[in-house]
Amino acid sequence: MADETTAGPVTTLATPIRLDFDFTPGVAQSRFLRGLEQGKFMGQRCPSCGKVYVPSRGSCPTDGVPTTEDVLLSNVGTVTTYCVVNVPFAGQSIEIPYICAQVLLDGANVSFMGLIQEIPADQIRMGMRVEAVWVDESELTPSLASVRYFRPNGETDADYETYKEYL
Amino acid sequence: MAERCAVIGVGQTHHKSKRDDVSIAGLVREAAKMALADADLTWSDIDAVVIGKAPDMFEGNMMPEIYLAPALGAVGKPMFRVHTAGSVGGSTALVAAHLISSGIHKRVLTVAYEKQSDSDAMWALSVPQPFAAPLLAGAGGYFAPHIRAYMRRSGAPEYIGRMVAVKDRKNAMRNPYAHLHLPDIDMKMVEDSMMLWDPLRYLEACPSSDGAAAMVLSSEDAISGHYPPAWIHGMAMRSEPTMFAGRDQINPQAGRDCSADVYAQAGITNPREQFDCAEVYVPFSWYEPMWLENLGFCDLGDGWKLTEAGATAFDGDIPWNASGGVLSSNPIGASGMLRFLEVAMQVRGQAGEHQVDGAKLALGQAYGGGSQFFAMWVVGSEKP
Amino acid sequence: MSAAERTVRPVSIASFAQSQNVRKDDERNEVEGLMPVIAEVFGNIGITKDDVGFICSGSTDYLIGGPFSFVMALDAVGVWPPKRESHVEMDGAWALYEAWVLLQEGEIDAALVYSFGRSSLGDLNEILTLQMDPYYEAPLWPDIVSLSALQARALIDAGKATEADFAAIASRSRRDALSNPKAQVAKDVSPEVLLQDEYVVAPLRRHALPPITDGAAAIVLAAGDKAREWSDRPVWITGFDHRMETHSLGARDLTSSPSTAKAAEMAGVASGKVDVAEIHAPFAHQEIIVAEALGLDDSVVINPSGGPLAANPLMSAGLIRIGEAAERIRSGKADRAVAHATSGPCLQQNLVCVLEGE
Repeated sequence: MADETTAGPVTTLATPIRLDFDFTPGVAQSRFLRGLEQGKFMGQRCPSCGKVYVPSRGSCPTDGVPTTEDVLLSNVGTVTTYCVVNVPFAGQSIEIPYICAQVLLDGANVSFMGLIQEIPADQIRMGMRVEAVWVDESELTPSLASVRYFRPNGETDADYETYKEYL
Repeated sequence: MAERCAVIGVGQTHHKSKRDDVSIAGLVREAAKMALADADLTWSDIDAVVIGKAPDMFEGNMMPEIYLAPALGAVGKPMFRVHTAGSVGGSTALVAAHLISSGIHKRVLTVAYEKQSDSDAMWALSVPQPFAAPLLAGAGGYFAPHIRAYMRRSGAPEYIGRMVAVKDRKNAMRNPYAHLHLPDIDMKMVEDSMMLWDPLRYLEACPSSDGAAAMVLSSEDAISGHYPPAWIHGMAMRSEPTMFAGRDQINPQAGRDCSADVYAQAGITNPREQFDCAEVYVPFSWYEPMWLENLGFCDLGDGWKLTEAGATAFDGDIPWNASGGVLSSNPIGASGMLRFLEVAMQVRGQAGEHQVDGAKLALGQAYGGGSQFFAMWVVGSEKP
Repeated sequence: MSAAERTVRPVSIASFAQSQNVRKDDERNEVEGLMPVIAEVFGNIGITKDDVGFICSGSTDYLIGGPFSFVMALDAVGVWPPKRESHVEMDGAWALYEAWVLLQEGEIDAALVYSFGRSSLGDLNEILTLQMDPYYEAPLWPDIVSLSALQARALIDAGKATEADFAAIASRSRRDALSNPKAQVAKDVSPEVLLQDEYVVAPLRRHALPPITDGAAAIVLAAGDKAREWSDRPVWITGFDHRMETHSLGARDLTSSPSTAKAAEMAGVASGKVDVAEIHAPFAHQEIIVAEALGLDDSVVINPSGGPLAANPLMSAGLIRIGEAAERIRSGKADRAVAHATSGPCLQQNLVCVLEGE
């Protein structure tokens, strides 16, 4: 057996680390998730500035006060902006390329990130009107997995002026 | 009343995708030793150490200042760890500078680093949260939609991003420490590179680097070193919420407020005229025109015109990122500090081949998170 | 002016608030847990976020298991219009130090400091292993309880303490915690009874270990006119310092804490009589080491709040020591107090803050 101590520098040392964590959505996000379980988008309104957040993490980010009033939002929204993801990464579960868009639901004051399908990646546009496609009722869970994706709903594109403040 | 503070020593590693010749401790020590040598000091001359880096999960080492204390000569001294997302390299330097301007210490060593190859940063940024759609493909996936929004808002032609990508990589050829050295870089090469996050191509994005940066900061009565000091003329930090109704992600208020603050301290009324150069955190090519506007180097909507006209090129009237910038080296936690460090090198006249002729006053900027955290400083060759 | 000749600008602990310390808060997320604490720390003195010129927080991503946990926590404050703000990946006591440094310059007069963390989300004992040298130690997964037990054993072998001393400290802490409505572990139980506990890792029995705690805390610092405007009896920070030791446990005398002693010297602990000390010693035996390093005599009341053996919210437990010490002075129960915070395995890094009333 060769003397392995003279075989040159050790440059790599693999140290697998596995840690498990509980995740606490919190009071406000739980209401959002319970909404998803029923096939609905539930937002919350800030009592101070009146803006509607979806999902609310429990506070109004600008006022620092709890959001408490539930607001049922539309199933339909506008793509404010987007990118087409073409990069593979660990943990990815969607086939590339896919459209990752900021969707501003009607009635909400913030957009959130959503997957757009049923349209070729090169045909997505800013301002496109889209609707949520939900999983079958029997498969609804308190999770964003309840929303399969968004798809164009055929409406005329929203005017840039109507969403430019949400960019 | 705040005491004067100056940069008297700088050091940085050769940035590479994988520095497997050194441990994390070896990496930070390499930069720190250079900075000490530049300042003509030894470890025992240092009063305190301030270290910064991006999320600990990038290397899997929790609160690494604890492990790194002996490697940085911090035993028996105050040691401090800053984390403000991507702006951290800048804010770390500012925390260190305040230890001097407050009169508490005379000489402070500040260090920032990332050893991305020790773990998987892309994974660390995309940890699946149980209730979020697993869409985010690293930082590029976050910023690409905002870049598209900027293009729409400003009407900028799509080749502007490629121009920045080429300019900064050409600058990097003058910087021996830069990670990317691409001698054949041109518009076609960028255009031919893979589209990762449409509209962002591979060569319009920063690399993933291992690297560290270090500076020795000093009070006025403790100046030393082989080059004249870079005096700090202003420093500022600003934060705004990550996501809120009506947030302008293209031209964030926190960035505007931060520059207004630092300009007021340094007596800057016309940044394009008064600064000789700037090092600005541009991890994706389009952030140059966006930050030109946010930092007030031009009117709103005109940033891309400065880039197009060559104003920010090495031979332009206001060179941006003469070092090659974040597009050429991105040891995340250190990237912000490198901006601060590079402008100090410029006004000290020690930038070698990428020295901007006669640079006397310069701006360093770092931003982080989803463009909600900003850190800036102004350094000059003259005492403020 | 040299640093040594510097005149310290008086800065006061104007307000302190902490959450209920609990074993597991699985109803609220970080923002929801923090919001009432922020509201209380402002409400105590009738101010709003607009009255502070700087915000600094302390937390660690490894408690929640995801990057940038401090980013969303900021939504509990509402930093709009944009604020001067910073974060340390350290206990909130160090965030307080950063704010205190900034206040020294005189440009701003008030700052908000907060910290948060839920230790219950993962296996804390495993998580803290990642603080070790990532190449030579962490791969062996030495857990923090075992490392602390090594230290306790060294203390016993050096003849500096006995297991009965550890039990006495735990007994006192739990009894004192009965008068602390925010404490997690409060009970009147004698050292003799505690000594019947099983060993977790010998020589540490269950009572010598800190509880696992979810919690948050906040302090408002004020200087100049604001300090007097916001308090009839300001509690002043008269000394503040922190020091680091080597990471290599084999190179340290685990039975002493030279970094605490140095910080105490720099903070001027010995320049007056100490009435109360709030010591951040998560493991019972560590209180003995820190008290000795601080130079405290038997007359000093130690951890009247119950200390970290009654509630140990990681990242906040140090900041809470400073808040609790300030409250003792504000309530007139003490004139001069010392607060201590620690970080790293076996008391590697230590911070000392001296507080005085008028």
